[in-house]
Amino acid sequence: MATLEIRDLHVSVETEQGPKEILRGVDLTIASGQTHAIMGPNGSGKSTLAYSIAGHPKYTITSGTVTLDGEDLLEMSVDERARAGLFLAMQYPVEVAGVTVSNFLRTAKTAIDGKAPSLRHWVKDVKGAMDNLKMDPEFAERDVNLGFSGGEKKRHEILQMELLKPKFAVLDETDSGLDVDALKVVSEGVNRVRENSEVGVLLITHYTRILRYIKPDFVHVFVDGKVAAEGGPELADELEANGYDRWTSASV
Amino acid sequence: MTETYTIEGGPVELHRSSFDVADFPLPTGREEDWRFTPLDRLRGLLEDQPSGAELSWTTDLPEGVTLTSVGAEDALLRTVPKVFDRVGALALQNSTGAVVVKVAANAELDRPVVLKLHGSGADVVWGHIVLDVGANSRAQIVIEHSGTTRYAGVLSVLVADGAKLTLVGVQGWDRDAVHAQHVNVRLGKDATIASTQVTLGGDLVRFVENVEYTGTGGDAEMAGLYIADAGQHQEHRLFVDHSAPKCRSNVVYKGALQGEGAHTVWVGDVMIRATAEGTDTYEMNRNLVLTDGTRADSVPNLEIETGEILGAGHASTTGRFDDEQLFYLQARGIPEEEARRLVVRGFFAELIHRIGIPDLQERLLTAIEAELGGEPEAAIGAVNQ
Repeated sequence: MATLEIRDLHVSVETEQGPKEILRGVDLTIASGQTHAIMGPNGSGKSTLAYSIAGHPKYTITSGTVTLDGEDLLEMSVDERARAGLFLAMQYPVEVAGVTVSNFLRTAKTAIDGKAPSLRHWVKDVKGAMDNLKMDPEFAERDVNLGFSGGEKKRHEILQMELLKPKFAVLDETDSGLDVDALKVVSEGVNRVRENSEVGVLLITHYTRILRYIKPDFVHVFVDGKVAAEGGPELADELEANGYDRWTSASV
Repeated sequence: MTETYTIEGGPVELHRSSFDVADFPLPTGREEDWRFTPLDRLRGLLEDQPSGAELSWTTDLPEGVTLTSVGAEDALLRTVPKVFDRVGALALQNSTGAVVVKVAANAELDRPVVLKLHGSGADVVWGHIVLDVGANSRAQIVIEHSGTTRYAGVLSVLVADGAKLTLVGVQGWDRDAVHAQHVNVRLGKDATIASTQVTLGGDLVRFVENVEYTGTGGDAEMAGLYIADAGQHQEHRLFVDHSAPKCRSNVVYKGALQGEGAHTVWVGDVMIRATAEGTDTYEMNRNLVLTDGTRADSVPNLEIETGEILGAGHASTTGRFDDEQLFYLQARGIPEEEARRLVVRGFFAELIHRIGIPDLQERLLTAIEAELGGEPEAAIGAVNQ
């Protein structure tokens, strides 16, 4: 069992008008095996939370802590966080020309495990995971995310999650831009990882749609840079029916 | 890659070509084709001074290939393309003849032709090499430069009808070498060239590469990559002259710059004349700036005299290392240094892989890794193995 613990997290970004606070005291605790949905309107700071945990240089942590199994994540570089067991599935995966998916996956796996994977098992694992995500084998020889469609990029993110086996995965709007078929394939991928490992998942989304396929244990409503309400899956149903108005108007 | 620095050029300056040194007065540095070049660092290559010095040659000639020296009066030398600047004219005049590498018509070579040219002195060396690639032949020709010298060379590349040539040039010079080179390509009907120039070493390297077509169906892939370290000047100027219909050209040059005073210049001129209907052309230059204190000049120029073309375009980007790529790779556990190497290697790998000579590709990739790892001497060692 491991725990990802976020305590009173405050984060700002630099703007032309000076620093602007985006996160205003976030508290969240995620244990292994749990799935937490973070739901909130646009601009509420959901993605900032994802990128801050992963260590994107654009965001400045002004106070608070993030620990994984008691280890201070904020003291670590981006790659150290990943090697500590954190994974971020990005909303906008980045193109890397000249680096094939196959080379990228092997390099990442080697870095995470601290040793190269056994060739025989690795080839089988990659092929199996790609089959499951309905990805054509020729994907392996394409350059990372280059010319991928929106759906292909998201499948590629979940492929990495399956192969890198993180302790905690933050999925940042993985459902955005997916049609129903792609959403099912991607959700099944996430569910497979949940079944086959002890991964804790932080599922960030604007819409309740993906929650039909990935059942959360907890739902947090995120408004104005912090958690405004918390509950079980039933909270998602209420959001589906009534939207965010109740919390956004309350915060005015 | 972020586009932080782009120069869009204007119309193509009319390119004057000649065999006669008198047609090219001593440049002042204000001329369009000299304005980026530090003339003093050419160290005598603009002066009309005879020299008997030569580079030493090591060659590997497969069956179907002959190598001969011809005198200045040889008929072949009156048929080669003219040159475009004073250094080229001086090289033609003072080399008093040429080395002719001839690939027999219809030959299909079983291995690459390799010419290794090594410099080991401070004297000025003038040189002229003619690659005479016979009709319907298939050949790969590699010209590797190493050592130190002050060398002005003209490479006349005559690709006859239906022939297919892969040409690779490697500038693996010692740090103090000076090299000014013309590469003049003439393509016959349905002739193809895939050229890659790799410039790593030297103090000053300046390439002037020109392509002309004598019939329809000519196809020129002109690629290059360069890595400039502190204080190095690397310049590549291309001119593709589309005068024949239904020909194709694609120019791709990629460079990386690191260290104080590293300076690269890329000028890509494409002229589509009124007679060149059905032309398809594209040119691209991308520069990756790895440290402060460098300068990348990139000037694509395109002039079109007919509307009846298939395509014509150009692109130029000069950018910093992309932080978002770095974040993405690091977020997958890959340490920063390795992530950088992966991205830069990827940046160049595309050009290396299409050379089609595996052991040379391996050497070049090793050299590039060493260059980017901050070990230019090891890089030169690796490339000249």
